[in-house]
Amino acid sequence: MKASRNALYGGLLLLPAAVLLWTFTYQPIVTTFIDSLYSTPRGRRPAAFIGFDQYETMFADPVFWKAMLNNFIYAFATIPLSMAMALAMALLVNSKLRGQAAVRMAYFTPTILPMVAVANIWLFFYAPDYGLVDRVLQLFGLGGQNFLGQPDTALAALIVITIWKEAGFFMIFYLAALQQISPTLMEAASLEGASFWQTLRRVTIPLLMPTTLFISVNAVIGAFRLVDHIVVMTKGAPDNATTLLLFYIYQVGFGYWDTGYAAALTMVLLVILAVIALVQFGYVDKRIHYR
Amino acid sequence: MSGIRVENLVKVWGAFRALDDVSFETGDSEFVALLGPSGCGKSTTLRLIAGLEFATSGRISIAGRDVTGLASSKRNLSMVFQSYALFPHMTVAGNIVFGLSVRGVSKAEQRERLARVVDLLGLSQLLDRRPSELSGGQQQRVALGRALIAETPVCLLDEPLSNLDAQLRSEMRNEIRSLQQRLGIAMVFVTHDQTEAMSMADRIILMRAGKVEQSGLPHEFYERPATTFAARFIGTPPMNVLDLAPGADGLVIEGGAGPAVLPAGSIPLQLGLRPEQVTFASAGQPAVVETTEYFGADTITACRIGRQRLMVRAPGRPGLKAGDAVHLAWETSVQHFFHKESGLRCEIDPAAPAKKTRVAETTPQ
Repeated sequence: MKASRNALYGGLLLLPAAVLLWTFTYQPIVTTFIDSLYSTPRGRRPAAFIGFDQYETMFADPVFWKAMLNNFIYAFATIPLSMAMALAMALLVNSKLRGQAAVRMAYFTPTILPMVAVANIWLFFYAPDYGLVDRVLQLFGLGGQNFLGQPDTALAALIVITIWKEAGFFMIFYLAALQQISPTLMEAASLEGASFWQTLRRVTIPLLMPTTLFISVNAVIGAFRLVDHIVVMTKGAPDNATTLLLFYIYQVGFGYWDTGYAAALTMVLLVILAVIALVQFGYVDKRIHYR
Repeated sequence: MSGIRVENLVKVWGAFRALDDVSFETGDSEFVALLGPSGCGKSTTLRLIAGLEFATSGRISIAGRDVTGLASSKRNLSMVFQSYALFPHMTVAGNIVFGLSVRGVSKAEQRERLARVVDLLGLSQLLDRRPSELSGGQQQRVALGRALIAETPVCLLDEPLSNLDAQLRSEMRNEIRSLQQRLGIAMVFVTHDQTEAMSMADRIILMRAGKVEQSGLPHEFYERPATTFAARFIGTPPMNVLDLAPGADGLVIEGGAGPAVLPAGSIPLQLGLRPEQVTFASAGQPAVVETTEYFGADTITACRIGRQRLMVRAPGRPGLKAGDAVHLAWETSVQHFFHKESGLRCEIDPAAPAKKTRVAETTPQ
């Protein structure tokens, strides 16, 4: 009797969160999956069950593959670089430094700016002839570059912006984690004769691994989720050089109104994210928790 | 010569003088206790010796070498931290050989030295464990192992036993002491526990408010405390320090109707008496029993003389209860005298002018 009452109370306490989670997370996933098995309704023609036809179209769609490739390049470039920069900045602002607060704030500022504003600022930086970057390059006789307009530089230009924006955000997590490490451990390491790099490699970085995992999960999600700057800056141009998966979904879903196909693309994105998260939490997590 | 020499050490943090002109010297392979209440500067002294902090002024030399400006890793010493400071992501073996491996000692030598240390400390079953899988005592051993494997002539220990329970503490006390003697190294350990200092150390340096209060051998602290502070810090229970006041034929314990302790003098004095050197007698200093605490082998009785309190540690069960009127007696040789204002020890021979035998017997009740 008592046990069942406990179960009742427990259930009731869980209910609000469960309702929200179901309504806004699981229900949409289920309906998206169902939608992806139907054709897109057009005019008087209602949606018809077509099985996995949408997925077949997708696998034959060169733009989809281009978007996938771009997204993986984007992720593998932005994640390690922004995390390494975040760690370096965190180590710097965690040390005794004059104007520490000012430096911390400066590093964190890109994070609090809205992505749309950031994208507009960088649009000017990248502008040919009068943009900041081009003006600097002109000094070396390398001017006249249209970074966002050339297929071979457009994605790299976006990667730079993302690193600039994300590093400060990740720095905050590293900084918090660094401050959790007992200073006695660092003293012990230095007393044992470990150099800065030895301490960093053998003590600090291993102790930061749980944070690194957390940040990398966030970074991966971010790499597949951020599209604001693409919408503002390139819209996937030139020649789909900057089309990322989510941006393609957005284009297909709300540009061409091919909602059935967009649903199928969304499922692919979901599966990719789920697999990455499972690997990170299921495998890596087991190896880095010491406490 | 592996002694530590500290000269006029001063450490200032803002307006706070943590160490104020601290000087002492330790002998070859001595076991030295830095003793004192919390906030007295004993840990700061240790951290300065270790090179984890730098002195505002003063000099530190180890084995005749001036190390004042050297980094801790260059001072040729090892340290056991109060919290052990074990690396949580490394195994026991990894923790112990960490110093050797960052210093580039060959793998073969690491293994050999590890085997020796592990043998010494009885850790061979635990080499693959992580610190979180060890008990407090085992962690303590690993921390000791990490310090001893360096084979430095000086080992510093910051409150090494404070995180252990009472039983383990006394075991480790013996173990650390015997390790130190077997290895013949100098150890400096910080403690606030006077029994630890008395039972383990060759030399005690008692600190108070950033200064050295007294430095010497354990028996000197017991037999000749230099100040009332030292007197009250050593002993279980600590020494009774009682105000003296002029009485009929000399100085008597203030508020008491007892016999004169000293012939009348001009300076205000205090009398120090160890609880275990005071006995219940048929005649002597009258007192009233306040409380008794029975410990089996002995009983500690708190007595009141006037407004002053005095502890008596007597063997067995004296069979007293609160409110009982008793007489206390002691040998004149166990009396200590201190200046009331400065607290400094005052060498007075009470036998000199008149009284030769037991104080209690000289004046009839």
